[in-house]
Amino acid sequence: MTFNLWACACIVVVVVLTFYLGYYGSRTANTTRDFLVARRRVSANQNAAAISGEFLSAASFLGIAGLVLKEGPDQLWYAIGFTAGYFALLLFVAAPLRRSGAYTLPDFVEARLGSKGLRGVAAIVTVAIGYIYLIPQLQGAGLTLATVVPGTPEWAGIVLVTVVVIVNVLSGGMRAITLVQAFQYWVKVFAITAPAFVLFTVFVVGGPPEGQHDLTSTKIPVFTADTTVTLDDSVRIRVVEPIRLEVNGVVDGMPANGKAIWLSGVKDVSAHTRLSFPAGATVPMVEGATVHNSDWLRPQSGGRSALFNTYSLIFATFLGILGLPHILARFYTNPDGRSARRTTLHVLLLLGAFYLFPALLGALARLYEPGLLVTGRTDTALLLLPQAMLPNVFGQMIGALAAAGAFAAFMSTSSGLLVSLAGVVSTDVSRGRVRDFRWSTLLVMVVPVAAALGLRSHDVSLGVGMALAMAASTFCPLLILGIWWRGLTWIGAGAGMVVGGVCVACAMITDIVSGYTGDWAPALLQQPALVTVPLAFGTMIIVSKATHRRRPEEVNRIMLRLHAPDPLGFIKDRDVLRFGEGQSDGRHRRLAIRSRLRARRS
Amino acid sequence: MTGEGEDGGQQEGVTRRPQRRKKVVLAESKATRGVARTIVELEEQTSVGEHLVRSLVRAQFRTALTMALLTMVTLASLPLLFYLFPDFADLTVFGIRLSWVLLGAAPYPLIYGMGVWFVRRAERHERDFVSMVDR
Repeated sequence: MTFNLWACACIVVVVVLTFYLGYYGSRTANTTRDFLVARRRVSANQNAAAISGEFLSAASFLGIAGLVLKEGPDQLWYAIGFTAGYFALLLFVAAPLRRSGAYTLPDFVEARLGSKGLRGVAAIVTVAIGYIYLIPQLQGAGLTLATVVPGTPEWAGIVLVTVVVIVNVLSGGMRAITLVQAFQYWVKVFAITAPAFVLFTVFVVGGPPEGQHDLTSTKIPVFTADTTVTLDDSVRIRVVEPIRLEVNGVVDGMPANGKAIWLSGVKDVSAHTRLSFPAGATVPMVEGATVHNSDWLRPQSGGRSALFNTYSLIFATFLGILGLPHILARFYTNPDGRSARRTTLHVLLLLGAFYLFPALLGALARLYEPGLLVTGRTDTALLLLPQAMLPNVFGQMIGALAAAGAFAAFMSTSSGLLVSLAGVVSTDVSRGRVRDFRWSTLLVMVVPVAAALGLRSHDVSLGVGMALAMAASTFCPLLILGIWWRGLTWIGAGAGMVVGGVCVACAMITDIVSGYTGDWAPALLQQPALVTVPLAFGTMIIVSKATHRRRPEEVNRIMLRLHAPDPLGFIKDRDVLRFGEGQSDGRHRRLAIRSRLRARRS
Repeated sequence: MTGEGEDGGQQEGVTRRPQRRKKVVLAESKATRGVARTIVELEEQTSVGEHLVRSLVRAQFRTALTMALLTMVTLASLPLLFYLFPDFADLTVFGIRLSWVLLGAAPYPLIYGMGVWFVRRAERHERDFVSMVDR
């Protein structure tokens, strides 16, 4: 692939517009309320676009199409689960959470359960979820830039996204990124609909590529032209039908150069190996991909363990979305509970519109770009497909558009995560002034950038799946029980969060270790939600019942505030109570302290 | 302590510790004007007020749970159907696999429709509550 000028231009345009909108949005941002909740004056429609923009991360934009290419329609449960997760958010959380008047999730915990200690636990879990979610975003940015502009190292994309996001968040916090995220939603919608329509037209007019097997046949996809694939990472490839190929590199630990015949079996191919396949050869695929087209086309062809995986995924997404701190943070920007509900409803529409397209693109990629199944880099399907189908300037332009959309995805999600993490750190660790917020922003970003540079890049969606499992096993039971059940005590909530969080963390660590040492971990560890979520719910209920004397005394008044309709005027915004209205930096507080000292002396 | 603060002048007020600050309400929002008495009742946690709130919470929760179960049972039955009846998973309608339509497009209108329905019912519960309070 040659140097793609169009892609560079498109990415630069999106980055510059992001800077500009961030600057435009942050002109009048100077108070803590601006930085954390955009003064709570964001309209339902704008907030819905911003929430969708924030949520449609790399996992949605690139990941789902790639997973469909690799494993078939079962992977569409990610998209369905995400949308259904927002539905659960609408049903159980949106309006009461906004009415609680909290600033961040830990703030809600303190308001509802009245425990400072638990607030700390919630802050730690928030940061953990944020990091698990942020690392794949940054890695995806590196991967995308390296794909569309060959020759750039992976760290370049990571650094680019980090810089843009930090500058925007530093300049205006939530105020700045609201506008940016709303804009980026529309960029992403355009960047997925335009390629989908154009490429589908090409497919209808031109038909499938010459020599490629029909998706309904029982055959394995083949290379339709002589293809050379260079591996960036070492992969384990499963060969089903014997193929003739040319190898330059290391296979099964032995150097291999020249022509070779691979019989059926598993091959460990090291990084930087070059494989050249003649036209007509069947595509050997990475372990885990569905080999035969007929199996690929039919949902639930993977037997009982695949069924378990699907249900665990549905469970994790349906309940995980409503515990994602960066998503919840956006709901605090609505003026009242009713508009929070309207916002969520609008989000359902916006997400549904977007998710109509990844399935189509994944299927097209299986016909036109089967080479990705060798390297396992199926996340890049959407970026490479346009050029594979239209090998001319037009294809380059469409591919550039997709790349721009992918960058919008990385930037909007990372900035949302960064604002919510910096909000939590600045209000929990320090005193929650604008200055603290800015320092927290810089501090918070160090770990994920380092991790993104250091860790092996996994499939982008899987990291997100883990973050969801974590959210579903910690904040989800806390929010649902906290909002709807008077009996929750802080001890019960803390115990449930610790049990759920530790179980998911153990599963995740085991899974990563097994990924480095030969994939021995069972499916349960990749999708632990089906077990950990009931465990967390059960712990919270049982421990709360055992400690029912610790129920907060004000529980009735708190329930009233959470559920009373907005016109009755029970919303009490905690930020006003806690931080003082319109306080911009330490100056007012210093003056107050000075006069207090003077009064004490006299 | 608070009694002391009331006769101290404005100058004194500035120098007090933050927890002694008084909340000053300059204007009530127009919607709360007519319902002041029952709001006091709610805020004071009288048995009437508590009962009202409890029944509102219960009604909202029942609605939400019903909607969640309806939607989830509909959606979550799909994987099991595909697993148990491979012929159903292979069904083709107008040249397109039905299973792909059921997984790729159909859930979104369903979820949005349920969302609209829920918001209507939740807001109706709230209106009922307000009108009950606003006697």
